[in-house]
Amino acid sequence: MAPLVSISGLRVAFDGTHVLHGIDLDIDKGEALGLVGESGSGKSVTWLAALGLLPAKAKVSGSAKLEGHELIAADGKLLDQVRGRRIAMIFQDPASALNPVLTIRRQLCESLALHRGLRGEAARTEALRLLDLVGIPDATRRLSAYPHEFSGGQVQRIMIAMALAGQPDLLIADEPTTALDATIQAQILDLLSAVRREFNMAMVLISHDLGVVAENCDRVCVMYAGRIIERAPATRLFDDPWHPYAQGLIGALPPLDGARRRLRAIPGTVPDPRALPRGCAFAPRCTFAGDHCHAGVPPLAPLDQDRAVACLQPQRLPVELAAE
Amino acid sequence: MLRYFAIRLSRALLTIALVVTFAFIVLRLSGDPALMIMGPEAPPEVIAAFRKAWGLDHPIWVQYLDYFKAIGQGELGRSMRDGRPAIQLVLERIPATLALTIPAFLVKVLLGIPAGIYAALHRGSAIDRGVMITAVAGFTVPSFVLALLLVLIFAVQLGWLPSGGQDSWRHAILPIVTLGFGGAAVLARFTRSAMLEILGQPYIRTASAKGVPWRRVITDHALPNAAIPTVTILGFMVGSLIAGAVVVESVFSWPGVGRLLVVAVANRDLAVVQCILLLVAITMVTSNLIVDFLYGLLDPRLRSKGAEA
Repeated sequence: MAPLVSISGLRVAFDGTHVLHGIDLDIDKGEALGLVGESGSGKSVTWLAALGLLPAKAKVSGSAKLEGHELIAADGKLLDQVRGRRIAMIFQDPASALNPVLTIRRQLCESLALHRGLRGEAARTEALRLLDLVGIPDATRRLSAYPHEFSGGQVQRIMIAMALAGQPDLLIADEPTTALDATIQAQILDLLSAVRREFNMAMVLISHDLGVVAENCDRVCVMYAGRIIERAPATRLFDDPWHPYAQGLIGALPPLDGARRRLRAIPGTVPDPRALPRGCAFAPRCTFAGDHCHAGVPPLAPLDQDRAVACLQPQRLPVELAAE
Repeated sequence: MLRYFAIRLSRALLTIALVVTFAFIVLRLSGDPALMIMGPEAPPEVIAAFRKAWGLDHPIWVQYLDYFKAIGQGELGRSMRDGRPAIQLVLERIPATLALTIPAFLVKVLLGIPAGIYAALHRGSAIDRGVMITAVAGFTVPSFVLALLLVLIFAVQLGWLPSGGQDSWRHAILPIVTLGFGGAAVLARFTRSAMLEILGQPYIRTASAKGVPWRRVITDHALPNAAIPTVTILGFMVGSLIAGAVVVESVFSWPGVGRLLVVAVANRDLAVVQCILLLVAITMVTSNLIVDFLYGLLDPRLRSKGAEA
């Protein structure tokens, strides 16, 4: 089966500084993919670049195809038909992601008019149905309210309703719960899973929270300094991470069962994109790094039929042992 | 809501009272109208008679109370020069001033706002830099310098337009251009920065991500937000319709309120100056009230805050 979206060799530079160094990524129909990594690792930039949403000063090269149609440097008309209609996106800070001076109705009906040609009463009925679907109580009355009259969790629900308005094939959820408190976070993630199943929609869940990704995704890509460094099915990544960075991330999670232990932090910090090390970007922080790690950038090499890792000496040891 | 407006209104009245008080005191401390109007050679008894006739022989606080009492009765005093009611002198001049300031206001809006929007949308382009250089020139060059420059070019060198007076519509062109250009510059810079700030907001990215065409992102999502800060400047410009042309009227010998003010101050024609300042304060305060009201219309967040207050 041909992938729904196929990204290859995607590079992005701002003012001559490369922040994305060739991303290769396929998303299948209906699949849930997690993108994990620290802030600045290029998770969001990948998708903003694919949808042409980066500021004009960003230099984007490479390819991002939606069912064979090239999106990079595509003309505005094509992108307008893809955005919201085929690929929808929701963002981290729901409070500032909705236009403060327009009613919810206007913002929802705008999408419905653009992508489904619904106007007037038909659009209103559909908007109500969507608000109901995402769990906004008393939707009839609240349709004429403004974003500031809703709580953060409710605004994110409205954002999801807006994303669903175009009946997209793929939803990019960019840190959708980071700005919300823990209980609301769980509700929003449940909602995302539920609508994904109902609409048979693919989803990319961008998060720095491994737990969030583990529970909601089939596959996970771990990103570091503008590259994918490990790709694996979610369960296998958490049971047995190969890349030392992925091991570090998982080692830093508190265990739910077993004895309590001190959480381990990864030493050092993310390198400055303006001054990346010559070899593997993680090598300066890596306990296993040898001389050859500093010599060249390791490619993302498939080591298994559904796993790939960008490391010259992937640690096949279990997490507990590897960290000793 | 009623309480909110009551507070605003009493604050507005207080502002007017303060302006008038300040003008009253400064005018009386800065020179003797009797000497100014009758001349330094006038015999002392004539001066004394003049002072008595205008109540200037009373202590300043008595004059002040009398003045406020008179205002309460709608009496704004008479000109010390020709004895006519000050308000009549001022009202006669208002049409001439508005004949300059209203077209100039239109120039500011029609030139400044589109230029600012265009510059913001093409940030860093040659046109953006051109607009910004012109705008900086427009509000750093004092209006009298610009006025003299225009006179030099269009009246003296080219001979296309008259350099002063009020005989025909052609006389109004240079004063209107002078006034309009400076204001358009301010408005262009302000609109540009407001627009740039809005374009960087996450909800603009959301609108694009929804598939809204860029043109409509600008008109439907960015402009309604950018209008909020721009209205502040527009309010200020409306407020200065009456007395915003003092310098330009003087340079072009245009018989408006501004020139009346200059002459009246020079002569210490107290009632006329006070009358003009009262009028200016009232227009400023009124346009501020209108701006507050417009904020509420444009920004639903303020509307609900207003309702709570």
